[in-house]
Amino acid sequence: MTTTVQPPLPIAPVQRPPTGLASDLRAARVVCHRELLRWVKDGRRLLAGLVQPLLWLFVLGTGLSRVVSVGAENVDFRTFLFPGVLVTSVMFTAVFSGVSVVWDREFGFLREMLVAPIRRTSILGGKCLGGAIVATAQAVVILALAGLCGIPYSPVLMLQLLAILFLASLSITAFGLLLGARVANIQSVMPVIQTVITPMMFLSGALYPTSGLPTWLAFATKINPVTYAVNPMRHVVFSHLDLTPEAARVLDPQLTWGGWPVPFALQLVILAALGLVTFAVAVHRFSKTD
Amino acid sequence: MDSESRAAIRVENLQKRFGEVEAVRGVDFEVQAGETFGFLGPNGAGKSTTINMLCTLLRPTGGRAEVAGFDVVSQRNDVRREIGLVFQDMTLDTYLSAGQNLRFHGQLYGVPSDRLEVRMRQVLELVGLWDRRDKDVDTFSGGMKRRLEIARGLLHSPRVLFLDEPTVGLDPQTRASIWEYLDELRRQENLTIFLTTHYMDEAEHCDRIAIMDAGQIVALDTPEALKAAIGTDRVRLEIDDEAAAAAAIKRQFGLEASSVGGALVLQVPDGEHFVPKLLADLGVPVRSVSVTRPTLDDVFMSYTGRTIRDAESAPGSEIPAMFRGRR
Ligand SMILES: Nc1ncnc2c1ncn2[C@@H]1O[C@H](COP(=O)(O)OP(=O)(O)OP(=O)(O)O)[C@@H](O)[C@H]1O
Ligand SMILES: [Mg+2]
Repeated sequence: MTTTVQPPLPIAPVQRPPTGLASDLRAARVVCHRELLRWVKDGRRLLAGLVQPLLWLFVLGTGLSRVVSVGAENVDFRTFLFPGVLVTSVMFTAVFSGVSVVWDREFGFLREMLVAPIRRTSILGGKCLGGAIVATAQAVVILALAGLCGIPYSPVLMLQLLAILFLASLSITAFGLLLGARVANIQSVMPVIQTVITPMMFLSGALYPTSGLPTWLAFATKINPVTYAVNPMRHVVFSHLDLTPEAARVLDPQLTWGGWPVPFALQLVILAALGLVTFAVAVHRFSKTD
Repeated sequence: MDSESRAAIRVENLQKRFGEVEAVRGVDFEVQAGETFGFLGPNGAGKSTTINMLCTLLRPTGGRAEVAGFDVVSQRNDVRREIGLVFQDMTLDTYLSAGQNLRFHGQLYGVPSDRLEVRMRQVLELVGLWDRRDKDVDTFSGGMKRRLEIARGLLHSPRVLFLDEPTVGLDPQTRASIWEYLDELRRQENLTIFLTTHYMDEAEHCDRIAIMDAGQIVALDTPEALKAAIGTDRVRLEIDDEAAAAAAIKRQFGLEASSVGGALVLQVPDGEHFVPKLLADLGVPVRSVSVTRPTLDDVFMSYTGRTIRDAESAPGSEIPAMFRGRR
């Protein structure tokens, strides 16, 4: 190892501008950039994020399409599954991005961020944004296979889907952060995800139509936040297909609260609001840890 | 204006209690701007807890502290802007390259982008890592990671640099080189350095040292003054006729010499000036002479009644250092 000290350098101290909103935004951008760098570097994560949705669609979807009648002729089971699988894929990627704060804590990097002269909101906001971009970018790959599932490549449809997915990823990453704030160490991450995220996926109607469910299951679906991502996604997809009214009633039933039909826009507002509240709670929890 | 004359760190009756554990029990000290100040103490003495309070990561349960003129509780962000930190445990992102870690840090601290690249090069050259700036940190050795963390701590030109056991777990060569970098830095920037260590030899690099034991400062002074307070050097003489020499020393100087491991050992206040007199007056042939000054180990011993090693293996203290190496 070389131990030679460099000849004296004219080290000029740097001057830094005062902190303020601009510096908070810049910090959020920097944290977000790091999330993207890590994602690009870790090819395995990228691949792992794609394997599961492809299995759902083309193995489960194809296998089941022969026994499952989705209530209508000429609607492929994979077509039905497609929006649900997109949300599922985004959900796992986003929740992992949020929960990765546990790794940051365990490997010390969280302290490097927490001791910097910036608000916790910027740090966590940056992580949320990064997680959402990563999750949505992965969904683009799946979205490219829409044609194989009988879904038209309409630019409007694609943009609508991406917008909803991005909103959902933001909220779900925030949820991941909140989980991360509560999970003590890396070993507990997987069990927590298994017990929290998997039920949320199954109870969202991502994998089966929500029409004609037994009361308890219908209720569980309605209080599950993920439903408010899956439902609008599916609605958008089916509005670009020619469904018979009969098929639409089975496959894309109107979401109701005690008989009141919940408007499409309100479903998205609920999704966003849940995300904001979750984010605020997560920030609060991180501020409390001294 | 008067921030120049202000102490870089001012601590009054600072305390921290974790439930039952009183980690820091009321410490007072001041560190002047440009000074290198060391906290020396065994595992569990409360060194890291003190640093974490000074760098705003822990809230004190009593007393107050100012860093760079700002209160560590009510002006957290101002303190954070003025300090650089090297934690006891590694806090690098090993997925990223050295350069990416530094760039992240610089942007987080608001270093303007045109200055950032220049400054990055300067700090990386200072720690001898400029050639490896594009390598991923997980390919770095422990010493290289440590040097990178020191470079990162300096990147945003802090006024006070905190180093929590900067060389723990590193081989002697790497430790020496890190000290070369730090000494070089002190020459170049009017930087205040606050560091903790439990290596006695490292404490000697400091302008002043506080010896900490069980949450309290038991002594605080320059290394020389601390050693001088102990008062005695150790003079070791190899002599053929030890018994005759011991009797002569007793008679002529009134000193008790003891025979230890084939040599005569005696304790005197000023060994270097005593030896010429001794040799002139003794009249017995002497084969060799050595004078050993008291070490900080002796200082710790004299204030706490224990060696650092004893303090660390005492029940209730932390896990032994060897299990806490850095990865
Ligand atoms: N978060 C915490 N919760 C409870 N006790 C703590 C916490 N942090 C430190 N302590 C306790 O406070 C005491 C001082 O710990 P500290 O880490 O400051 O010691 P240290 O001097 O840095 O020791 P070392 O040389 O091992 O780093 C120890 O008894 C430790 O167990
Ligand atoms: Mg410590």
